[in-house]
Amino acid sequence: MQSEILLIEPKLTFIKKTGLAMFAAGMLFFMISFTAVSRISPLLFFILSVVLGCAGALIFFFAQLKESPIPGVKKNNIMFLSMTNRGMLGWMTAVFLTGMYVLIYWFPELLENVIRTFDSLSYTLNGNPANQWFLYGTLYTVAVLVMGVRMIIHNRHNKYQIIRTISVMFFQLILAYLIPMFIVNGFFFTYFWPLKYEYLFPASYDYLIQSGGIGMFMFFWAAVMSFIATPVLTYFYGKRWYCSWVCGCGAMAETLGDPYRHNSDKSLKSWKIERWMVHSVLLIIIIITALLWIDNANENFILKDFSHSAAKWYGFFIGAMFAGVIGVGFYPLMGSRVWCRFGCPMAAVLGIIQKYFSRFRITVNGGQCISCGNCSTYCEMGIDVKSYAQRGQNVIRASCVGCGVCSEVCPRGVLRLENGPVKGRYELNDDYLR
Amino acid sequence: MVKSKNMNIVIIGNGITGITAARHIRKRSNYRITVISSESEYFFSRTALMYVYMGHEKFENIQPYENGFWEKNKIELIRDYVTFIDTENKRVDLAGGIVVNFDKLILATGSRSNKFGWKGQDLNGVQGLYSLQDLELLEENSKNISRCVIVGGGLIGIELAEMLRSRNKKVTMLVREDSYWNNILPAEESEMINRHIREHHIDLRLSTELSEVIPDENKNVKAVITKEGEEISCELVGLTVGVSPNIDLVKNTDIEHNKGILVNEYLETNIEDIYAAGDCAEFRTAFPYRKNIEQVWYTGRMQAEAVAQTICGKRTAYDPGIWFNSAKFLDIEYQTYGLVNMNIDGEKNLYWEDPENRKAIRVVYTDDGVIGFNLMGVRYRQDVCLKWIKEKRSIEDVLQDLGQANFDPEFFKQHENDLIEIYNSKNSSHRVRLKRKRGLFKFAN
Repeated sequence: MQSEILLIEPKLTFIKKTGLAMFAAGMLFFMISFTAVSRISPLLFFILSVVLGCAGALIFFFAQLKESPIPGVKKNNIMFLSMTNRGMLGWMTAVFLTGMYVLIYWFPELLENVIRTFDSLSYTLNGNPANQWFLYGTLYTVAVLVMGVRMIIHNRHNKYQIIRTISVMFFQLILAYLIPMFIVNGFFFTYFWPLKYEYLFPASYDYLIQSGGIGMFMFFWAAVMSFIATPVLTYFYGKRWYCSWVCGCGAMAETLGDPYRHNSDKSLKSWKIERWMVHSVLLIIIIITALLWIDNANENFILKDFSHSAAKWYGFFIGAMFAGVIGVGFYPLMGSRVWCRFGCPMAAVLGIIQKYFSRFRITVNGGQCISCGNCSTYCEMGIDVKSYAQRGQNVIRASCVGCGVCSEVCPRGVLRLENGPVKGRYELNDDYLR
Repeated sequence: MVKSKNMNIVIIGNGITGITAARHIRKRSNYRITVISSESEYFFSRTALMYVYMGHEKFENIQPYENGFWEKNKIELIRDYVTFIDTENKRVDLAGGIVVNFDKLILATGSRSNKFGWKGQDLNGVQGLYSLQDLELLEENSKNISRCVIVGGGLIGIELAEMLRSRNKKVTMLVREDSYWNNILPAEESEMINRHIREHHIDLRLSTELSEVIPDENKNVKAVITKEGEEISCELVGLTVGVSPNIDLVKNTDIEHNKGILVNEYLETNIEDIYAAGDCAEFRTAFPYRKNIEQVWYTGRMQAEAVAQTICGKRTAYDPGIWFNSAKFLDIEYQTYGLVNMNIDGEKNLYWEDPENRKAIRVVYTDDGVIGFNLMGVRYRQDVCLKWIKEKRSIEDVLQDLGQANFDPEFFKQHENDLIEIYNSKNSSHRVRLKRKRGLFKFAN
């Protein structure tokens, strides 16, 4: 019996090999899709690339279930793997992801053949041929769903993570992908000003109003979400209601980005840079939005083209370069929340509310912290959680997205995400340590 | 007492005890503080060494403070080995040739791994796990090997087993007792850990002791032999049979010592201005229900806080308070508060277990009130548990408020009612009901 115990060894099982082979084949067919060959049967190539690749990845993740059947924190070897520890694979993945963004954003003509393989799906969903944004939206959603399954499998001992992951998968698939296609193309119910800055630009207002009742509703929706729902929900639950439960950027960060979350910089210096950057972006977008409305009111008389070109430059540098290309492309190098932490103006607003007018905090349990550093290491926002925990101070930080991973990886049960009375939130619990 | 601004405080040891003392003295004074360590340049969390080996963290991640912290707080760090303490002239000699004078000296030299004189205990590939050097040695020793034997069934033993399993080594654990760590854990919890160790494919041998370690022709480990005469071949032997105070430094001085450096409740040694705290200190008189030598992260920290106050002019006795501790056995978290498994007169135990999900809650009480909590796979609030114990709240009071103690993450299944049902089924006279569950908006204060 003893030797039997010892013989069980995790290895590259047949099922795992099959999954990996399917994924690799999917990638190959995706490459072939760039050529005119895929025109023979675009649908077939869609199936052979996207469907086959995803199926392979899913098979691989489910095989891991069998390999480590005991639920628990699964972080073994993360700091040794080339893929997750900024090694060769991580570096290549960063370049690949960044390159994909550049292609989709600015060189869609190079993707023409690939886009055609998405036509069948696009016709089925919204009756139109696919374009670069359909390709992008589909790949984005697929990544969230497939890697969401991985996230759930890895964290299946933690119901908070399971429910939260299902939430981001749901909001991405239904509200940010499917519904926008049926109603007004390009309007995402899960994004609001100031993250989706153009939703409250005068041009969107005009466009939405022209599209009738549903457009009116959507402008109204965007405004209500930005100015009423955001503060109210953040008061009750902290910014997590949005950042790690609803937001599409958060959805990607918490799924595809999860294996890279520890790569965020935890230093005091990076915290300082973060505060300057994220609040500057917020200030800039507020000013631009205000200028556009001023222009709109006086028919561009005062500012001439300034506000419009400012909006255009903001769109290029912040909206596309920062949020998209760097935001996702740099996952393997700087962690999964580069954009959310250093750039997102929505996160800045939510953060200010969270810090000063919210019931949310991460409570520290007595004097049980052993300064092991797991909480800080796995904080995707680069918060040095242990610096709070080891002195018995509740963690209340503007940047905390409430993903709950610090609490999960804590080996001593020290941290708990809580919504409680605002009063006394900052008080030091120093009965055990000071 | 001289309260000179220029008083020289020297601390030997940069573990949790030495560093806590340094930090607290800095908070209260402008004394010159020097911390000497031969182990590492900066303070690191000893309990987290395992996560470095398993690849959960890098070494820099287990350093609780940024490297600039020390200079900013004017805490001088010296990486050297103390060779002699001159108690008369108040100075310590360092191996590097430097002499450091002190006005007050704190000894926080920690522990070292036990070795009980087994034949072959010093062979290549036989090691303990305590220091940073041990971790580096383990990295070396575990290269290109596949079979390991761990001797000892304590906290370090199970951690070492988990570490080696993370690198797919085959691990056999020899445990002297007939169940894992059952001098601390009650029988049921201990049994739960036995099962859990085995489901992690660790070959757990209970009631088994080491007899000797056998070398190959190169003086490397080849196998161990148990007292029953069984030979188990292996390439690495982890000796994790407890730790003892690391007191070589005081052996040729007039500082009194037994197993550890003898101190009173003020952590004062027999020599004026010399203190000892943490793992290396041994109380002349033990506190009630406590050991003379406390080798726990938390007690080291609390002792250091007391010493710091004393040195800064407010003579303060170490107040051990109500016992608490926590650990993690592979995937099962463990928290304990108060007196558990101590066979107190008239003690009763209320115990609930969910074997499938590896969870258990135990409340220990007497007719005078609750005295202890033991949690496996469930998190409880330290504040609340300690308050109830201190106030000697009756078991029924505690049970109906038990939701207040729950510290598990949101959406986790709450098991307080399961425990209450067990209580009610045994005490039919009066039914206890849970006043309120923990909710999304509610928690105790």
